[in-house]
Amino acid sequence: MHQGKEKIAIIDYGMGNICSVQKACAFLGYEGVLVEEPEKLMTATKAILPGVGAFGDAMAVLDEKGFTGAIKEYVAQGRPFFGICLGMQLMFAGSTEGLTEVSSTPATSAASTPAASALSAPASASLTIEAPPHKGLGFFPGIIRRFPTDAGVKIPHIGWNLVEHKPDSALFAGLPSQFNAYFVHSYFAGDTQAHYAAGLCSHGLEFLAAVEEGNLWAAQFHPEKSGDLGIRLLYNFLRRNPYAD
Amino acid sequence: MLTKRIIPCLDVQKGRVVKGIKFQELRDAGDPVEAAKFYNEAGADELMFLDIDASHEGRSTMLEVVARTAQQVFIPFSVGGGISSIDQIKDLLRLGADKVSINSSALRNPDFIIDAAMHFGSQCIVVAIDVKKQAAGNWQVYLNGGRISTGRDAVEWALEAEKRGAGEILLTSMDADGVGQGYDLAITRQIADAVNIPVIASGGAGSLKDFSEAVTEGHADAMLAATLFHFRQLEIRQVKEYLQGLGIPVRMDCYQ
Repeated sequence: MHQGKEKIAIIDYGMGNICSVQKACAFLGYEGVLVEEPEKLMTATKAILPGVGAFGDAMAVLDEKGFTGAIKEYVAQGRPFFGICLGMQLMFAGSTEGLTEVSSTPATSAASTPAASALSAPASASLTIEAPPHKGLGFFPGIIRRFPTDAGVKIPHIGWNLVEHKPDSALFAGLPSQFNAYFVHSYFAGDTQAHYAAGLCSHGLEFLAAVEEGNLWAAQFHPEKSGDLGIRLLYNFLRRNPYAD
Repeated sequence: MLTKRIIPCLDVQKGRVVKGIKFQELRDAGDPVEAAKFYNEAGADELMFLDIDASHEGRSTMLEVVARTAQQVFIPFSVGGGISSIDQIKDLLRLGADKVSINSSALRNPDFIIDAAMHFGSQCIVVAIDVKKQAAGNWQVYLNGGRISTGRDAVEWALEAEKRGAGEILLTSMDADGVGQGYDLAITRQIADAVNIPVIASGGAGSLKDFSEAVTEGHADAMLAATLFHFRQLEIRQVKEYLQGLGIPVRMDCYQ
């Protein structure tokens, strides 16, 4: 009964390619509305937080635009919320982005220019671990960390990788128990044993490919870029009953 | 484990696929979006559009191709060819492209890689490198589709591109391109081993073995091919089944 042209709020805070999410919604018969003002989120029945880029920058924009409070209020009301990629990471307590990882060795490719090191290159040794991590939305307790450079894998984690999910997951309903999804990221959530872990993936180490708890769903991969199976997963969210949780 | 990606490349001029595509299934084989849909259904892991026109008019038709593709194809796709400004990248990403590939503009102004990566994130900045083997046994980087030598060493430039924020390297061997005798495995391997970002091998694919060797000998993360797929000398599925048979991870669930 909620099919057809139900409007889906896509939070537009200037981080990355949100157009693909909107077009995937349209393909599935839903209207994805780009929401640039937090007030508009309050009338939505479903919301998607997409995003690609840096955690700290993204939280700064959400704070500045007043989205942080609005998202928390929206979520507290039990309405369906779906984070994608950086959007998923922002749902955690925080991120060590830009800080030195204790477990990793300095990469040989460490950036020599300040600009490059600020964006994606391995953290330089001059940064210390004592600095507090960036604070996230805090729906899940974990901390987002960078893939270690000494695990023998390339970073960013770009490409199709196998996702295994819990059999009773609503997010993965109707999908094969394992399938390849498209990932693009350098940071990950590692609390793979948590009760909200819905899907796992491995890239040098095991990490959370998806989380699920009540009205909160999220995927580290891009369902809107993961072919037919990804589109089916997105549809699982779009067709959720907004009043069920 | 990450699968090895198979990437068909479509050369686009004035909104039409050039170099010819022999698909009888397609109503309009010259329409890049029809070709993109065909390859999506054939199991391509990603698509590359190369704007070989790059005139002002060509650019706006490319934007239209990107917008239409993004409405119907839900796998990642990149756009390359004549990209030299942040605004151009913004337009392409805004309309639904996932990545852009930059080549000559990065060589002329290496800071452009930093700018682009700062604006959009490294994950969507592919630095394309065209190389030719030199008499001395090393490889040099060429500009403008292989017409102008930069005198730069290929491995060194790949490392610099990574340092400046490239998210991937698209490595094309000008010697191997169009010959169908296999990718240039030696330089692919040198670069893939030197950088810690994914490397896409390009130029020279002619047989199944070429794809497996790009992985086993060349250490490539992805393989790009054009003619071979356009003329249906090989089907993407055939390539993937062959790789899978050799124990190389590939995405097969697209055929379910």
